[in-house]
Amino acid sequence: MKNPFRSEGDAFRFLWLVIGYGALIVIGSWINTWLGLAVFVVLTALAAWWGVLRGRGEGPVKHAPVPGPADEHRILVVANETVGGPELITEVRGRAQGRRAIVFVVAPALNSPLKTWTSDEDGARVTAQERLDASLVSMRSVGLDAAGEIGDGDPVQALEDAIRTFRPDEVIVSTHPPGRSLWLERGVVERARERFEVPLTHVVVDLDADRH
Amino acid sequence: MSAAAEAHDHHGPPPIHYSSRVSPSVLGMFLFIASEIMLFGSFFTVYFFDRVVNHGVNGHWPPPQFHRPVFLAFINTLILVTSSGTIHWATTSIKKGNRTGMKAGLVLTFLMGLSFLLTQVAEYHRLGFNTGDTSFAATFIGLTGLHAAHVFVGLTILLIMTIRAFRGHFSPEHHHGIEIGGIYWHFVDVMWIVVFVTVYLL
Repeated sequence: MKNPFRSEGDAFRFLWLVIGYGALIVIGSWINTWLGLAVFVVLTALAAWWGVLRGRGEGPVKHAPVPGPADEHRILVVANETVGGPELITEVRGRAQGRRAIVFVVAPALNSPLKTWTSDEDGARVTAQERLDASLVSMRSVGLDAAGEIGDGDPVQALEDAIRTFRPDEVIVSTHPPGRSLWLERGVVERARERFEVPLTHVVVDLDADRH
Repeated sequence: MSAAAEAHDHHGPPPIHYSSRVSPSVLGMFLFIASEIMLFGSFFTVYFFDRVVNHGVNGHWPPPQFHRPVFLAFINTLILVTSSGTIHWATTSIKKGNRTGMKAGLVLTFLMGLSFLLTQVAEYHRLGFNTGDTSFAATFIGLTGLHAAHVFVGLTILLIMTIRAFRGHFSPEHHHGIEIGGIYWHFVDVMWIVVFVTVYLL
């Protein structure tokens, strides 16, 4: 559910909704006490239902045009432990080939819910930084112009943050194979496709197979 | 240095890490308002408990010896809702770079808020009952008094906002002081609508 007091404008609109809500309840109560109660119950249920529905159906994030050179291709990569996987490097390299491309890697600071609630994210950020550094070394070693940062623990949120700051032309999300990927289980790729207008490619990296 | 690294190069201490969905100051105001709602919620619970328990005595609410100044409260409601419009005008004005509109909106909002508070004080003088007379009197004055205290806090914030505006603060890019104060003022209005409907009309 969205916060109705997110901005002054939102709060002002919320005030008018409350005025309408109160007016209908008062009119109902003046006609009959039980009618007033029924109006209160129905309007409250409708408001809760609408709030939940609105929270689910958030519109796609607007993707402003990049102010940089027209021939520059900006690739955003979001990945967890698979960030240095050969499949991912191959995919990024293939997409960057033959044009002036810059790559920005986001490594979400993956954390347990308990540690997230208690703001204990130092360990998660250190681990994410190690993953990020290793992946940047791999990408630069094959000639890619790459930079990166640590992102939010929620991969979709990390993606949104990076889309706003980096303004990519395309996004690559790397995960473990189905059955072993928590991100796929949580529908991260589907949610990201629904939420963002930027073209999104899903790359599966099988680290176990790569090791053998 | 590569183009990507240059674009994200950062000097000095690391940037603050927080979600881009809502800024910390707005989130702080939201949490504050959430705690306020809980405070008002406890007062409403007492009011409704009293009403449910005592309603059956004579079938009248409020008890017959009490008269609620509904018309005066209605006028006060109109004043407060209008003041929400003027603070919204002040916010939209500064977003468009219209400093005169912002100043006028803030001054009008402050004056209307002050009118509301003074009317409320006058109403208390004419009520003819006090907190010591029955539970209805205690909950009525408790709820409306709690709201009046919030209006007083809102007026203090508005005064600071207005002084800052006249001293040249705020711009189309930087107007968080107006935004946050506006949110609080709308919250005070929303709570008054609930108090007015609950205590005066129902």
